[in-house]
Parts: sequence; C-alpha cells; structure tokens
Amino acid sequence: MNIEQLLNSEKFKRLVRTKWTFSFIMLAILFFIYYGYVFTIALNKQLVAQKVGQYTTVGILMGVLVVVGAWLLTVIYVIWANTKYDKIVDELKSELK
Amino acid sequence: MNTSVGKPNIIAIVFFILVVILTLVITYFAARKTKTTSEFYAAGRSVSGFQNGLALAGDYMSAASFLGISGLVALKGYDGMIYAVGWLVGWPALMFLIAEPLRNLGKYTFADVVAFRLRQGPIRIAAAIGGLLVVLCYTIAQMVGSGKLIQLMFGMPYELAEIIVGFVMLLYVLFGGMLATTWVQIIKAVLLLLGVTVLTILTLAKFGFNPGVLYGEVQKMYGEAMLNPGGLITTPLDSFSLGLALMFGLLGLPHILMRFYTVPDAKEARKSVVYATTFIGYFYLIIPIVGFGAAVLVGKDLITQIGKGGNMAAPLLAELLGGKAFLGFIAAVAFATILAVVAGLTLAAASALSHDIYVSVFKKGKATESEQVKVARISTVIFGVTAVLLGILFKGQNVAFLVGLAFAIAASANFPALFLSIVWKKFTTAGAVWSILAGGISATILIILSPTVWVKVLHNPQPIFPLKNPAVVSMSLAFIVAIIASLMTPDKEAEKKFEEEKVRTYLGVGAE
Repeated sequence: MNIEQLLNSEKFKRLVRTKWTFSFIMLAILFFIYYGYVFTIALNKQLVAQKVGQYTTVGILMGVLVVVGAWLLTVIYVIWANTKYDKIVDELKSELK
Repeated sequence: MNTSVGKPNIIAIVFFILVVILTLVITYFAARKTKTTSEFYAAGRSVSGFQNGLALAGDYMSAASFLGISGLVALKGYDGMIYAVGWLVGWPALMFLIAEPLRNLGKYTFADVVAFRLRQGPIRIAAAIGGLLVVLCYTIAQMVGSGKLIQLMFGMPYELAEIIVGFVMLLYVLFGGMLATTWVQIIKAVLLLLGVTVLTILTLAKFGFNPGVLYGEVQKMYGEAMLNPGGLITTPLDSFSLGLALMFGLLGLPHILMRFYTVPDAKEARKSVVYATTFIGYFYLIIPIVGFGAAVLVGKDLITQIGKGGNMAAPLLAELLGGKAFLGFIAAVAFATILAVVAGLTLAAASALSHDIYVSVFKKGKATESEQVKVARISTVIFGVTAVLLGILFKGQNVAFLVGLAFAIAASANFPALFLSIVWKKFTTAGAVWSILAGGISATILIILSPTVWVKVLHNPQPIFPLKNPAVVSMSLAFIVAIIASLMTPDKEAEKKFEEEKVRTYLGVGAE
C-alpha cells in the first residue's frame, strides 16, 4: 500500500474514529468527575460538610477520590493506547511499503 | 516556637550551595553534549518516558504549588485542598487530546504543530506572541514570588535574590540547553517529592499516623469551618470558568508542551504523562496534610506573622519537626524549584524568539545549525535579563493574578488553535491567527475588568466583568472566531495537506 491507499483504507479511518471516540468519552468522564466535585461544593455545602468517620468529611474524601480518579483515567488511556491503538498502528505501518 | 526563618542561616545556605553545585555539575556534563539545535531545544530526543515524567512534574510543581498551597491550607483550610485538586485535572485532558499528535507533528515548539499545514509567517508570529505572553506572565509571577521567598527565608535583599536566580538560571540554559534543564528539573522534582514526603511522615507521626486525628485537632483549634468549603467556590459559573482555565490552560503552556519533543516517540510521550500525573497527584494528595499540620503545630498566628500570605507555613513546620538542618534542606529545595521552573520558562521563551520568529520568519527556515544555536543563546540572555528586570520592577506588587492570567491566555490563545489544527480539516491560516488574537486579547482585557484585578489590585468597588477567571468567555470566543474566520477563507491547499499529515499525526510516520 502507498500512503494514499493507506489513508483511504477503512482500517485507518476506523483507527482515527476509534481514537477520538475513546478520547472524548474519557474527557467526558473527567468532566463529570471534576465538575461533579466542584458543583457539589457550590450547590450542596451541607453534604460536603458531613462527617465520614469521626472527623474526616465527605469533602476531604471527595477531593482524594477526584485525584485518584483523574490518575486512573490517565492509566486506563495508556493501557488502551499501548495494547489496542499501537497494535493497529504497527499493523498499518507494516502494510505501508 | 523560636524560628530562624528570615535570618541568614548557615545550614540553609550550605544546603542551598550544595544543590546549586550539584545541578551545575550536571549542566557541565550536559553542556559537552549540547551542540546542535535538536540537542539545545529537545535534548536530542533522548529522554525516557520516566525521566520526562519527572521533568514535567518538576516544571508543573512550582514554588507556588509547594509553598502556596500548603500555606493556603494552613490558613484557609479546605479551600486550599479544592485548589490542589484543580491543578491536577489538566493532565488527563492533555493525554486524551494532544500528547500524541503534538509529539508526532512538532519539532521544538507548539507553533510547529499549528503552522504544519498553514502559512508559516503569520502563524509563527501569532503563536509566538501567544506563547511569549503566557511565559512572560508566568515568569514575572515566579520571579516576584522567588524574591519575596528568599528575602523571607534567608534574610537576603530582594534585588540580590533576583540577580542570583537570573544568573544561575542563565548558566543552566546557556551551557546545557534542554538536556541540562531536564536534569535540573528531575533532581528538583525528586528532592521536592522527597522533602514533602518526609515532612508529611513527620507530621503524621505526631498524630499516630491517622489523618483523622489531625483533622480532629484542626477542628478543636479552629472550629469546623476549617474542614468545610468556604468562599473559594461560590457560584457554579465562576468555578466552571476557573476549572476550564486550569484544565485547558495546561494544554497551552509552552514550557510544558516543549517537553514532549525531548522523548523519542508517542509511546514515551504517553508514558511521561502517566508518570507526571502519578507524581503530581501524589504531591497534591499529601500537601494538604502538610498545610493542616502547620496550622495545628506551628499555629496560624506565627505563620501570618512571618509572611502574610502563609507562604512560610511549610518551612516553619519543617523547622519545628526537623530542626535547622531540615529547614535548610526545604529552603534549598524551594530555591531549586524556583531556579528550575524559571529555567524551563526561559528555554520556552528562547525557542519562541529564535526558532519561531528568527529562524522561521526572518530566515524562512534557512539558517545553519551553528547560527541557530547562537541565536537561541542570545535569545536566552535577552529573556533572562528581562525576567530579572521585571522581577525587580514588580517588587512588592501582588502578582498572584498573573498566574491566573497565564492560564487564561494559554487556554484561550494557544489551546484552541493547537487543538483545531490537529483535528479540523477546514482550519485555515486566517482562522488560526484571528483565534489566537481574539483569545489572547479578550482573556487579558476581561481579567483586568474582573474582581481579581479591577477590585483587588485597582481597588474599585465593583468589577465590570463578574467572573474571577474569564476562560469560559475568552476560550469560547477563540473557538467561535476560529470557526467563522476559517469558513470565510477556505484553503484547499491546507485541506490537502491535512489529509497527508494524518499518516504522521496518527501513525508517527515521518515524525522526528
């Protein structure tokens, strides 16, 4: 395959589509987690002030969960990219001769 | 407690000199390897994902994060923690949207990506201006903060502190280029993570290694309000806008973006984001413990007595728990942090001046290797001296808003153009130029009219623009202007090139 054929191949088009679909789903989850946290603070201060355990509050727990959640999303993306995305990239590259 | 913070302290100075010598030795070895442009700007693309992750974390964890957030938590409690969380969320977004295409398309600066299929001249100038504005705002804030900090910590005159920072930073960048700057960042990131970890462990040891007991003490001393959100998040729209600036601002910070060219390929670029997110996430998780610990053990009174903004909370806690030697170590780490961040910023500014403007615009890309490196070094000196002068000029000013401005401009001027050039086929030269201008100018004007500057700095009673951070307006404006201007000036040539560049964007074929 030459470059033009490759770019027009269904496989390549699917790769590009999948990449952005995956990226935007992950971004949407990130938005949901972060703005969920921020808007809860803005709109429901009582809930945030509630205690879990003796002194730790819901707010402190939520803050920790957002940081851990954001980190997990990054890790999930890389696992996906390194196994699924890169595999197809390598296949396409080897077809390009 | 009796404190030696604010007085010249032999142990602190010895530690400080040790750190500077250590990093200069590395610069010396890096310098012998730095001869070509690729080595000067991109460390010869020889940095591994793990190393780059540490360096990215080093670039991002400035003294403002370390001292500022721990101080904010010590004085304001939970609000400081909300702030810390916000600083992390840009990293996943950076990964999902631009890390790989950026690495595959660019050479030295993010303007390479924007200009890839469009007309070089206008794009380079506009992108360089956007980049320089961001770097300049960020640098002034760092320089003023560092001067104040060193004055407080060592009792050294402000001006002398600025000159020392400028001089040592120039040594790193001039002789070692990106390779030395990367290693300085790595060492600093390790020292910072180590220092804050030790500080956290020493703090928790006082509370039986149970954060709950620490929160209990906070509540007993200062009341429940310290553990609950206060005035930081008031209206949803305001917090939405600030969140956008923090999240997408990261995706437009030139000194962060240029780190992606130091790794060999997209795979290493991805790894470096995971490592960076891990280190930064860990840092922001433990820094509130340091802040709460300082509030309980040192006490708010002493913290505000030493420095109004609370910036000395962490060093004071270090002295209380680990004595003068540990204070010296933390002081040296804080100093190294400033040096390293300013060095990274200077390198980003120098690459915009020399690579984007001089080589690409004036010389149309036709400059010899040695000429390019020479121009890069001259640009470095010019920017370094400017930074020191501006630092001295802004002495005593409240410059906290400059960091907000830097993020707002980065999110509005740089990010939309960069992102659209990667994903949108119909993006044109006019679209990019107008988008950068609209985003940059509207962000600047709106922040001047916002409560942050109009009320707090200029002391007017009412803000003209209601939001503390304008990103929601200025970033949307940049996208709208980009789309309208592009649709009005269709460019078949650029669309054709967009199709061709896909093989590079997605497969990395032909990437340097």
